[in-house]
Order: sequence, then C-alpha cells, then structure tokens
Amino acid sequence: MKISLIWEHLYMVFWAVVFSLMAGLPLGVLTYFYPKARKAILWVVDLFQTIPSLALLGIIMVFLGAGKVTVITGLTLYSLLPIVRNTYLGLREVDPALKEAARGMGMSRGYQLLHVELPLASPVIFTGIRIAAVNAVGTAVFAIFVGGGGLGSMLYNGIRIQNMSMILKGTGVLMLMAILFDFGMGRVEVFLNRKTAGKSRVSAGYAD
Amino acid sequence: MIQFEHVVKRYGKNTILHDLNFTIPDGQFVVLIGPSGCGKTTSLKMINRLIEPDEGRILIDGEDYAGKNPVNLRRHIGYVIQQIGLFPNMTVAQNISVVPRLLGQDKAACDKKVHELLEMVDLPYEQYAHKYPNELSGGQQQRIGVLRALAASPPIVLMDEPFGALDPMTREVLQDEVKRLQRKLHKTIVFVTHDMGEALKMADIIIFMNGGQIEQMAPPEKMLEAPASDLVRSFLGKHQLSDSNPLYVEDFMRTNPYTVDFHRGVLECAEKMARSGVDTLLVTDDDDHYLGTVSIRDIKLKGREAGSIEPLISTEVRTVCLGDDAQESVNYLLTSGESYVVVLRPDQTVAGIITKNSMAKVVANTLWGDDK
Ligand SMILES: Nc1ncnc2c1ncn2[C@@H]1O[C@H](COP(=O)(O)OP(=O)(O)OP(=O)(O)O)[C@@H](O)[C@H]1O
Ligand SMILES: [Mg+2]
Repeated sequence: MKISLIWEHLYMVFWAVVFSLMAGLPLGVLTYFYPKARKAILWVVDLFQTIPSLALLGIIMVFLGAGKVTVITGLTLYSLLPIVRNTYLGLREVDPALKEAARGMGMSRGYQLLHVELPLASPVIFTGIRIAAVNAVGTAVFAIFVGGGGLGSMLYNGIRIQNMSMILKGTGVLMLMAILFDFGMGRVEVFLNRKTAGKSRVSAGYAD
Repeated sequence: MIQFEHVVKRYGKNTILHDLNFTIPDGQFVVLIGPSGCGKTTSLKMINRLIEPDEGRILIDGEDYAGKNPVNLRRHIGYVIQQIGLFPNMTVAQNISVVPRLLGQDKAACDKKVHELLEMVDLPYEQYAHKYPNELSGGQQQRIGVLRALAASPPIVLMDEPFGALDPMTREVLQDEVKRLQRKLHKTIVFVTHDMGEALKMADIIIFMNGGQIEQMAPPEKMLEAPASDLVRSFLGKHQLSDSNPLYVEDFMRTNPYTVDFHRGVLECAEKMARSGVDTLLVTDDDDHYLGTVSIRDIKLKGREAGSIEPLISTEVRTVCLGDDAQESVNYLLTSGESYVVVLRPDQTVAGIITKNSMAKVVANTLWGDDK
C-alpha cells in the first residue's frame, strides 16, 4: 500500500471541507438572516445530497474534465448541507435573551454576529464540519472513477483482481481515517463547548 | 427626560398600548408595575427602540429618534434584563466593557472603568474580573449585569424585572445597591416589576399600568394614601398604611425570666445567678408581686454582711405593663444602654422581660420567618 494514496485522499477531503466551509458559512448566515431565502437555500443544498455521489461526480466531470478538481468540487457540494444547516441551527439556537441583550446594548448586526452569535454557535457549526469531513472520507472513494486517485483505487483494484487482503486493507485505512477524524474533531467540539459555556480552563479541568 | 406622546402599539388586531402619555423627568427612579400582560415590557422596550410604536412619539430629551439608526441611542441607554444575559463566552471584565468598546474607548480606559465599577459593589477586581459568568452565583451575575448597563455612564437605565429570578435575600441586597447607585450617580431609571414591595421601596414615581393604559401615576406615598382604583388597592395589599396593628411590649418579650423570692439568702442568689448565667434576678414577694431586682455587683459589694437580699433590692430597672406600646421600650433599650426592661401584668406579677436579644429575634422572625 502506498502512503501517497492516503495523502491523495486526505488532500481531496481537506480542500473539499475548506471550500464547503468558505461557501457554507456565509450561506448559513444568510439563511439565518433572511427567512425568505431560507427555504430556497436549504432546498438547494439538500438537493445536492440526494443526487447519488457517483452521478454527481459524473455530471461535474462533463464540465470540468477528469481529475482532482472534479472530485473536490463534487465533495464540496456534497458537504454543504451539514455545514449550512448546522450554521443556521447553531445561530438560531443561541439564547434569545443574549441576542436581546446584545441588540439592546447597541451592537450593530454584524458586530453581534461576530462577537456573540458565531462564537456561541461555534460548537454546533463544528459538528457540521465534522459530519462533512467524515462523510467526505467515504465519498472520496468514488474519485477513482473520475480520475482523482486516493484510497478508492485500492478498493477498485482489489475488487478487479479479487484480492481480498487488498480490499480489507483499503477498507481498514478508510475506517481508521473516519474514526480518527470523528474522534479528533469531537475533542475540538468539547473544547469549544467549554469555551462558549465560559468555563476557564482550570475550573473546566476540575469539572471533568 | 423621557416623554410618551399618544403612543399606541398593536399586534394584529390586539391593541396592546392605548394612547399612552407620560413624562419621566431626569434623575427619577420610575417603576412600571401592573398585572401580567399589561404592557410594561412593551413600553420599556420602546424607550430603547427594541419595539417601535405604531402611533405617537417617544421623545428622549426632546428628540424623536424614530427613523434614525437606533444603535447609537441604545449605546447611551443602559439595559438590564431578567434573564441577566451576560455573554458566557466573555469574562466579567469583557462583559462590562462591551458598550465602552462599542463607543470606541481603548482598553486602558475600559479596564479602569471595570476596576471602578467592581469596587462600587465590593467585588474585588483581582478575584472577579477574569471569571466567566457561569462561575458566579445568580446574585453576582446580576450585579455584573447592572454594572454592564452602567459602564458607559448612560444617563438612562432600563431594567426589566432585574431581580425577579433571585432569592429574596439577594434581591433585597441588590435593591439596596441599585438604589444607592442611582442616588449616587443621578441616573434616570425605568424599572419594571410586579412586586409592589419592590416598587414602593425603590420608586420616586410609580406608574401603575393596566390593559395598556395608565391606571395611576404617583409617588409611593401618594399611591398608598389614595389608590386610584380597587386594582391598585389590591396590589398595594399588605403594604397599605393601617393603624390597626401597632406593636405591644408582649410582642418583643421573653417569658420565664429568672426570679427569686425576697426571703432567700445572698449566697443562694449568687449561686443561682452563676448556674443560670445571668447577673441579675427579679425579686418577688410571697404573692409573686414584683419588688425589684438584685444584681451580682451589689451582692459582691455589700452582700456578705446582709445575709438576706431584701436590703439589696433595687427598683431602678424600668418596668412597663402588658399592652403598652412597644416603641418606647425599644427606643429606651437602644439608647439608654440598659440591658433589659421588666414587663408586668396588671396585678404587678412578672410577665417577662424585653432584652436586646429578644427584640432582635422578633425582627429576624418577621423578616425571614419563624425558625432558628
Ligand atoms: N411579539 C408579540 N406578538 C403578539 N403579542 C405580543 C407580543 N409581545 C407582547 N405581546 C402581548 O402584548 C401584551 C403586553 O406584553 P408585555 O410583554 O408588554 O407585558 P408585561 O406587562 O411586560 O407582562 P409581564 O408582567 O408578564 O412581563 C401581552 O398581552 C402580550 O401577550
Ligand atoms: Mg414583562
């Protein structure tokens, strides 16, 4: 097994999450700010998820050609839903009393978003990022069909030559990757939760 | 000065405020009170334009802010809410500094302000400034909530049931603190509550609302003297003035004081005093009539040769009779330095004594209920 396959895989997942965050965060805020746009935005990002991933990649390949760019674009669209939805939910669920206090003290809309709402919504938003990343690890397997490489090639070749140990190895690495992402980012969430609940680190240590 | 002129507010078909008119002069502590849903919060939030009126005008220092950006107005009006609303992701110092920062003050100025404010409510800066809100008790949190509203020295502060969620003791302390701060800083405070006791204690002027209209607007004494309606009267309830229940000496009295018969010997008396831990005994005759007191000091001075306590009896201690007004005795004890007053029945037998201790107990019981 080549380490480069793992790096390739991670590379695609990483950029997909970064791009979907760059697009999804503003979209989530938009969804929260404008009730009128809410339905449309959530409907569109939901739609991407209902297209079978392989089909989505195929469609994009028609426009962008085979290669990593196609994979990353596909994964990005695919990851939008959890990020947009969690950003929206996280912002919506911030205690209304805090929102009112912020407004009543004379924060502008943007200031309130940046200093109160986004920090307090960050654990929920991060959950969205984690879901997106874990999903992307699995979905990136299809990259092999549109010339993107990654761990999918191990599974594909394993199936083609009916090599069980190759299939198992590939699967094992993918599973491990997903679990590590899930666990590692889960820890970050705990940290964010603590931070937004306002416990200083010392007392949080005692609370454990 | 805050003026409401013909203010109307509707939600759908429901008219919440009907043609509201009132003026709040500068430096006054004004309390809005009334039954639930009468429009107190709605009126309050119109002042800092969290809610806009449908008709009429609200003038602040003569200026109508309708149609202008409310953000700047709000930075000059302090705002305290019942849910406290401290930002949990910010420290105490950061919470207090929010509005000064919004107004562009630098970090040093903010820090100075935080120092100054925490000092005013006896929360040491070193200990509290860098704590997070959830590390504080509810009472401490709302103290910070009040300081946060005062941080940019706004001339007006709005408070919507700020102490509603606190326990009675903490509420009492915070009421005193806020009243003190208001007197010291000369703020105009508009304060919503539905606790008449709180209103009477804090207010310079009480605005009693009902169904979106003003039922009565008056200083507390005026409202107590002449409630405008039965509703106001029922809210005043137990706070109303009445002269039907003055306090009597027996209300402050401790029964079963240590007494001794006047035939008894000096040594026996001294021994009884030592055993009971007192320095005087009440002396009675054969029919239990009160004769006076005998003190350990007199026994030590000249008791040895006396043998009997009869020549040592003193009548200097003040006596009162059951049914006497308590106020005079209480004042006497508080000012004379004497340690007790003897209460007699009409037939001159001993009913009990009033001491500073027994007075304090009664006061404590009335304040906090009858338990130790
Ligand atoms: N956003 C709203 N939509 C519809 N009705 C509302 C809204 N806000 C308030 N009301 C109604 O307006 C009336 C006055 O509300 P307000 O909150 O001012 O009452 P309040 O005097 O503060 O009562 P409480 O003592 O319970 O806090 C109530 O009947 C309430 O149901
Ligand atoms: Mg209210």
